Amino acid sequence: MQTEAKLQTNLNPLQAKKESRWSVALKEFKRDKHYYVLLSPFMIIFFLFTVIPVVCSLVLSFFYFNMLEAPRFIGWQNYSRLFLSDDVFMIALKNTLLFALITGPISYIACFLFAWIINELSPKVRAIMTLVFYAPSISGNVYFVWLILFSGDSYGYLNGILMKLGFILEPIQWLTNEKYIMTIVIIVQLWLSLGTSFLAFIAGLQTIDKTLVEAATVDGIRNRWQELWFITLPSMRPQLMFGAVMQITASFAVAEVSINLAGFPSVNYAAHTVVTHLMDYGTIRFEMGYASAIATFLFVLMLGTNKLTQSMLRKVGE
Amino acid sequence: MRMLSVIRTPRRLNRSFAVSFLLFVLLGLFGCFMALPLIFTVNNAFKPLDELFIFPPRLFVNNPTMDNFFDLVALMGNSWVPLSRYIANTLLITIVGTAGHILLASAAAYPLAKYRFRGSRSLFAIVVLSLMFSGHVTAIPNYMVMSWIGWINTHASIIVPSLAFPLGLFLMKQFMEQIPDALLEAAKIDGANEYRIYWSIVMPNVKPAWLTLMILQFPMLWGSDGGNFIYSENLKTLHYALGQITAGGIARAGVGAAIALLLMIVPITLFIISQSSVMQTMATSGMKD
Repeated sequence: MQTEAKLQTNLNPLQAKKESRWSVALKEFKRDKHYYVLLSPFMIIFFLFTVIPVVCSLVLSFFYFNMLEAPRFIGWQNYSRLFLSDDVFMIALKNTLLFALITGPISYIACFLFAWIINELSPKVRAIMTLVFYAPSISGNVYFVWLILFSGDSYGYLNGILMKLGFILEPIQWLTNEKYIMTIVIIVQLWLSLGTSFLAFIAGLQTIDKTLVEAATVDGIRNRWQELWFITLPSMRPQLMFGAVMQITASFAVAEVSINLAGFPSVNYAAHTVVTHLMDYGTIRFEMGYASAIATFLFVLMLGTNKLTQSMLRKVGE
Repeated sequence: MRMLSVIRTPRRLNRSFAVSFLLFVLLGLFGCFMALPLIFTVNNAFKPLDELFIFPPRLFVNNPTMDNFFDLVALMGNSWVPLSRYIANTLLITIVGTAGHILLASAAAYPLAKYRFRGSRSLFAIVVLSLMFSGHVTAIPNYMVMSWIGWINTHASIIVPSLAFPLGLFLMKQFMEQIPDALLEAAKIDGANEYRIYWSIVMPNVKPAWLTLMILQFPMLWGSDGGNFIYSENLKTLHYALGQITAGGIARAGVGAAIALLLMIVPITLFIISQSSVMQTMATSGMKD
């Protein structure tokens, strides 16, 4: 009897604690239910079309799946095929890394450099220049223009001008020549790349505390470069982080420009990227498992680079 | 020096004339590079056929004409699906997609920006993480999801995923953090519930952010060609029609130039209208470590 009572008292606090934790959670949920209601429409769609697909991709990458038969588990085979026996993927990977290494840093620095120069202008000129630099990235159908500029016949504007000036005698097939195609895609990609982060930088530069600059001048800052390094960059770190994420993601995702200018697939895969490789297997060959392996690899590549760059950016101005 | 002061904000510390001059020249040069293709698109749309194929090519139009636009209307009037249908499809996708996105993103951003509750931090962390990879990663499962729901070949397949564009939620949340808590407290004391606060206090205060979300979402949907989801000709978009016309090659050069101008002009005009609001929102776009 006594022992039983002892047991009861021993059990009770534990049970009470457990119950109260659940009831606290429930109470919190009841109290905050309006927030969940407000969040739910966005989050349901977001999970359905972004979060769950990422997980699906990860799982599918270990299966053979062609949309008709039931998926079959094949372990790491998709990955071993991707890295060991797919020559085209190696070309795609090489091109993607080349694109990312060139367009990523250049577009990021260009975004900041032009935003920084534009910031010195008077408000009206600033608005116009912002428009000039930002317009390409929102003008949607721009590939069309570049197709005429780089057209392979003598009606192409670049060919026409070069022939008129006497640099070349015959038109050059800009878009179907392996030698030029990468360069052209990179130029067009750079032209398009002054987007969201460019705007964020201009806006960020406007918010920098002017008294900070005055104080620094008293403390011995002599020229604009010192001001840039010691004042401007450190005060803009949040915007720099945001811009880096935008630019890195875009530079690994080069595909639309390549498809529209060089065709799909491009001559001898000269402008093939990881994304076009993914499209090839996902939407043409319907090897969904293999395409998912490519997608998972792309996911890891983008996320890894972003995280790495963020840790590097934390050092700016320190 | 005097001339420079017209375009430059007067009197700044730590600035030397020579470097300013060089930087402005650099800006001007690249400005030309950026603007040239756009100027070229505008000029091409008004060129008569003989000027489009003149050798050597000219940038500016000599005898501007509206022929290309008339040809466009005539050409599309004869086709199986009239041009107005493509325009209507694009407008439907763009307007519903953009408006819905602003509504859903701001509804979700309000609790995330202003309150802390179970899961709020991790949900936002997932949204930020999703900024770090592009939509291509999810393309394959998305297609399967669409086909399971039965949305293949409907406009919903383009509109619905775009409603939950994570960049919009991120920017909206960052902007909403600026709204003073006292304002919300006062509304609560006056007896407003959360939905009412969201709709009549928060929403009017974040108008600049609406326009920013619009300027990011609109061009994306406006330029959408239906992707892999839309097969029926009568559901396709204006951007798709442009692709078909330009595939006609030399014979369609004029008409192609006209439709390219039409497609380009709308998002750019929207940006001109909303520029100052966009800048206001972007100032809060920073990412904390």
